[in-house]
Amino acid sequence: MTVKTLTVARDLLATNKQAAEAIRAELRRRGILGVNLLSSPGSGKTALLEALADLFRGRHRMAVIEGDVETERDAERIRRKGVPAWQITTGGACHLEARMIGKVIGEVPADIDFLFIENVGNLVCPASYDLGEDLRFVLLSAPEGDDKPAKYPAAFLSADAVILTKADLAPHLPFDPERARAEALAIKPGLEIFTVSALRGEGVDGVAGFLVASLDRLRSGRA
Amino acid sequence: MHELSLVASAFEVLEEKAREHGARRVTRVVLSVGVMSGVVPDLLVSAFDSYKKGTIAEEARLEIAAVPVKVRCPDCGGGAVREEADFSCAACGSRRVEIVAGRELVIEKIDLEA
Ligand SMILES: Nc1nc2c(ncn2[C@@H]2O[C@H](COP(=O)(O)OP(=O)(O)OP(=O)(O)O)[C@@H](O)[C@H]2O)c(=O)[nH]1
Ligand SMILES: [Mg+2]
Ligand SMILES: [Zn+2]
Repeated sequence: MTVKTLTVARDLLATNKQAAEAIRAELRRRGILGVNLLSSPGSGKTALLEALADLFRGRHRMAVIEGDVETERDAERIRRKGVPAWQITTGGACHLEARMIGKVIGEVPADIDFLFIENVGNLVCPASYDLGEDLRFVLLSAPEGDDKPAKYPAAFLSADAVILTKADLAPHLPFDPERARAEALAIKPGLEIFTVSALRGEGVDGVAGFLVASLDRLRSGRA
Repeated sequence: MHELSLVASAFEVLEEKAREHGARRVTRVVLSVGVMSGVVPDLLVSAFDSYKKGTIAEEARLEIAAVPVKVRCPDCGGGAVREEADFSCAACGSRRVEIVAGRELVIEKIDLEA
């Protein structure tokens, strides 16, 4: 009985990365900015998308892929805003993977500006999976506490922008937006940080401006 | 908690390699797991042990090598291994460091039995 040791050196996320690169190439080819939204359950991802739908109406076109463990509810909320939405139910899985997005991407209209992907509510697992997006947003809501960036560094490290949500609640809570901002910047100095209240529609224009500027950059860099 | 889906991708690799090399069994799997990979080694071992039943790796042992966070500093050229979530340069304190290790999830090597 002979045993031999074989050097493999294979990244376990390689298959996902390949699928993600194909999606990124396809979105760039179509001139669509892909945005992956990560946060704990209930931090206000869908509420932010609803607010962006209101703001972009008549100016920019968007579509949304919703990831949830169960139910079609978030996609229905988005469709009520007149925005095309697809629901992926993972049936238990704690994150979206690129090939799940790959199955839907063909149905996404070619003439949109933004494709948002709302990940499963979870601040840990989705951080490891590239979905082929060009921008990653991590949302942190005031009720969660200002100490979360250092507790979930992988998510914040993978982000391009951090959005502090439910700002209207902050005055009622021991939440210090400056501390949250400082913690996030300590993990990743280049982060863009926005503060919004989707409930009051405040700060959403700042996020929209960043998205439009990113879209312009993507399209001007196009071959 | 996505250890099970990672283990499933690991088994795709194990089966591919065993086939390529005409091996009957896989008896050991060595995995590098970055401390910032978002994966809990103990959960990975449990997931591996429940997944392996009835596969070519039924009796395989999973060895996990934890990889600490290592940074490289563009400001002073320093590089250091850092404890926990400290992403600053040990030499000059710069926070603009690049993370060069600590996020990997790699099957390094496997033992195959003919
Ligand atoms: N006060 C306040 N509540 C908000 C705000 N944004 C969202 N909420 C509330 O927070 C709850 C969760 O919001 P969602 O938008 O469903 O959060 P989510 O991140 O999409 O949740 P999951 O998809 O389940 O992870 C809802 O009850 C919202 O009404 C806000 O700006 N202020
Ligand atoms: Mg939601
Ligand atoms: Zn330095």
